[in-house]
Amino acid sequence: MSRSFDIKLRVNGEDVSARVPSRLNLVDFLREELSLTGSHVGCEHGVCGACTLSVDGDTVRGCLMLAAQADGKDVTTIEGLAESGQSADLQAAFTKHNALQCGFCTPGMLASALGYINAGGAADRDAIRQHISGNYCRCTGYQSIVNAICDVIEETKI
Amino acid sequence: MKAPDFNYLRPASLDAALAMLAEHDGEAMPLAGGQSLMPMMNFRVAAPGALIDLADLSELRGISVIDGTIRIGAMTRYAELMADTVVQQHIPLFARALPHIAHDAIRNRGTIGGSLALADPAAEMPALMLALDARIEVVGVDGTRKISADKFFLGMFETALESEIIKAIHVPIATSDQRFGFHELTQRHGDYALAGVAVAQSADTYRAAFFGVADRATRVPELEAALARQDDIGAVLTHLDHIDFTDDLKANHTTRQRLAGVALKRALKGMST
Repeated sequence: MSRSFDIKLRVNGEDVSARVPSRLNLVDFLREELSLTGSHVGCEHGVCGACTLSVDGDTVRGCLMLAAQADGKDVTTIEGLAESGQSADLQAAFTKHNALQCGFCTPGMLASALGYINAGGAADRDAIRQHISGNYCRCTGYQSIVNAICDVIEETKI
Repeated sequence: MKAPDFNYLRPASLDAALAMLAEHDGEAMPLAGGQSLMPMMNFRVAAPGALIDLADLSELRGISVIDGTIRIGAMTRYAELMADTVVQQHIPLFARALPHIAHDAIRNRGTIGGSLALADPAAEMPALMLALDARIEVVGVDGTRKISADKFFLGMFETALESEIIKAIHVPIATSDQRFGFHELTQRHGDYALAGVAVAQSADTYRAAFFGVADRATRVPELEAALARQDDIGAVLTHLDHIDFTDDLKANHTTRQRLAGVALKRALKGMST
């Protein structure tokens, strides 16, 4: 019985082939096999949002998806979002507003916020709070994070 | 934690998936969106010997309208249901409830069939099925059968499935004389409900399905009859005594019963077509 699985996927625009154990999570594969350590591993049961990634353009939990399930998918991590410049405005706004302290939640927070912005989300504080309710930050109290996201939406509108 | 070791299988057809399920004889679990099963495996509450990934089965996808009923493929993701104009227009209760199911990233992976097969007592979908009098189409090696929602949920994480896979869900299209209500109480948005209820009213009959309150999504016939008689709300709520309310760290049974009453009152206040 085979407990490993051959996968081929795209990660941040590059083709990747690997043989992975069945039980390996996508986020562990990215961190440990590909050294893409920007995605963080927090709760490992889909609650904290630190491992939030983009798969085929949708934000997903990297800890609730197996590497084997990513076969044939197009994965973008925070490294990819940063290198392509997609998250540049948001990163600058996070810095400006002190929207991070320890930074553990930040990659997931950025990925989640980008999902909201790219889907045409409004600069509505309640809607933003609801959207990022799946991403835990233990430092900031969220106020500054919401400010940063609002800022980016308002600036890109003009 | 990480999940215990298992074998990952990815059948290309429904027949192959059913053969695998039979071959593993209770040791394998179908993997739909994995948004509940993966956490359970990471917690080591579930430890199937094999996962049968249903991702490639086109037979489990698609949304179509057949004779006044909307047929939703079991592998349809919550995000797809939220984006589907037919679902949004003809199943108003879905439109009301879907935003309460976890978060964007979970809704992008989680499926309607997966939620029903798991039968988490705090999940929204089983209660919606009960309120809407939906039927669940399941397939096994012996063929296909349709089970009414009332006969599908048998207990905590327990369903009428017998080495079968959910193929589709059949939900009646809402009629103009129907009204719907939904409310759930959670600690944070997207959390599992401490208590919630989905209500469907057709002429003078009510179906009210509570979730997060007991070992499974639950209707109380006496309470529904009291609603239909337009009894005083105080009298209606006394029928909540029929529910064997859950006690856990988040809320004891007394609190839960009170919250169920609050959820029902708010759902009734917000009834609309």
